[in-house]
Amino acid sequence: MSASDEIWILGINMTKFGKHIDRDVVDLASEAVMAALADGGVTMADMGVLAAGNLMGSGGIGQQIQKQVGQTGIPVYNVSNACATGATALRTAIMAIKAGETDMGLAVGVEKLAGVGLLGGGGRAKKDGNEWEPQGRYGAVTSTDGRIGTDTMPGVFAQVGMEYGHKYGGADFELFAKISEKNHAHSTLNPLAAYSKRFTLEEIMGDMMIAYPNTRPMCSANCDGAAAAVVVSGDKLKTLSLEQQRRAVKVSASVLTSDPWQEACQVLPDVNTLTRNAAKTAYEAAGIGPDDLDLVELHDCFATAELVHYDNLGLCEEGGAVDFFNSGAPWRDGSLPVNVSGGLQSKGHPISATGIANIWEICHHLRGEAGDRQIEGAKVGLAHVIGLGSACGVHILEKSAA
Amino acid sequence: MADTATPTRVPLVEYLVLDEGDPHLVAHECTNCGARFFDRRNACAACFQTDFRQVRIATEGELRTFTIVAFAAPGVEVPFVSGVIDCDGTSVRGNLRNVEPDADHVHTGMKVRLTTYSLGTDDHGTEAIGFAFEPA
Repeated sequence: MSASDEIWILGINMTKFGKHIDRDVVDLASEAVMAALADGGVTMADMGVLAAGNLMGSGGIGQQIQKQVGQTGIPVYNVSNACATGATALRTAIMAIKAGETDMGLAVGVEKLAGVGLLGGGGRAKKDGNEWEPQGRYGAVTSTDGRIGTDTMPGVFAQVGMEYGHKYGGADFELFAKISEKNHAHSTLNPLAAYSKRFTLEEIMGDMMIAYPNTRPMCSANCDGAAAAVVVSGDKLKTLSLEQQRRAVKVSASVLTSDPWQEACQVLPDVNTLTRNAAKTAYEAAGIGPDDLDLVELHDCFATAELVHYDNLGLCEEGGAVDFFNSGAPWRDGSLPVNVSGGLQSKGHPISATGIANIWEICHHLRGEAGDRQIEGAKVGLAHVIGLGSACGVHILEKSAA
Repeated sequence: MADTATPTRVPLVEYLVLDEGDPHLVAHECTNCGARFFDRRNACAACFQTDFRQVRIATEGELRTFTIVAFAAPGVEVPFVSGVIDCDGTSVRGNLRNVEPDADHVHTGMKVRLTTYSLGTDDHGTEAIGFAFEPA
């Protein structure tokens, strides 16, 4: 890959995740954008494209941000791919550079989710007039949520994890709770996490059950936050200062997939195939394998989801996710640290921000700037997000050789 | 003409067929590749063709995965067991009924069979019938 094919992250930032009562989405996004630009030593004037995501908003978040931080008339792509929105925004900015339309671009994701409560579920009630009348693609006479399965996120992902246990064995309530224990423990070293409290296994298993086996601490934390990244072409990077080149992080792979048809996929979302496809393409593009990874930030929207992604991302052999966890590998002192940031369960999941925030975490370690939480000698990392519908983003990042 | 003394019954969803004494689910099966779908189709998501036949789904199966939902949207009665049932090769989404909704009584791999229940009657005297699965 020559310099002109390369993509680098020049500057990147995430806000503290948490409850930001006095700040709206534009405040949060602007903070992340301005900090990412400063981190890269560039300004809005240098950006040739902006890709922005905010799922819960009414649209046009990119332009709303520009009106606060700098209106330069560049193309704005407002993107939406559920929980993969942040990675989609980054992918979009990268595509514009790869297409040769610009040499520097900005991606941002922001969400205010604190206090929002249960995601998924609800649905149409019985029609007015107290009459059973078939409606919609299933000809349903009333809402099927709770009557024919569940639409709630904790319930959907509980089934995803339980299905893995049924196929390979060894995945019980306690195992999933231990995954959550790991991520909450990791977060105590992360000052940007929404929650950085350690939970014991007993506390996790004894907490409020949401959808068996996911208790409340095993669910991603709803919170507010934003993350932004400046991406640059390799050729452009070579013209910048030595310091900018030294801190830049190479994007060795930037992949987006959707879910290909599988027999059961319209009955229970198949989060496995599209992740496996994205990972395979990413490893090939980067010319590396899972053994080369020093750390992984994957999509633990629920503790039950993290387990299947060890397998989907090839971190273990097929069917070996339980053994992989039980070996201690994914703890920060293990052979392949997973979610040292605290993950979505503890660091938090402001939906559109997550896809860029987990890349920020990887970059933080690759630059050697992670302090207390630094994974020593980190050179290569993988960031993964998946949004139901579905969309999966996988990025592989490598430390600059400079 | 329907016998007005007998209340009409409607299924919760169109893919539940309420044949007297023989309730069962049906699916749209793609005549080209065999993919099965429960909803109204525009085309086959597997092979893009547009011709379907209606097929009957087995009423017995194996529970491949489940969750016990304790916290749901307002108006949804909890706890309930939500699962995916392998009905002789076709995956079906459904709740489990007539079983204690806890991990001591529900486990993956258990054999289940289709059952129906009433959702109540509307102002026109029409009774809605839902389906679920119970231990076989």
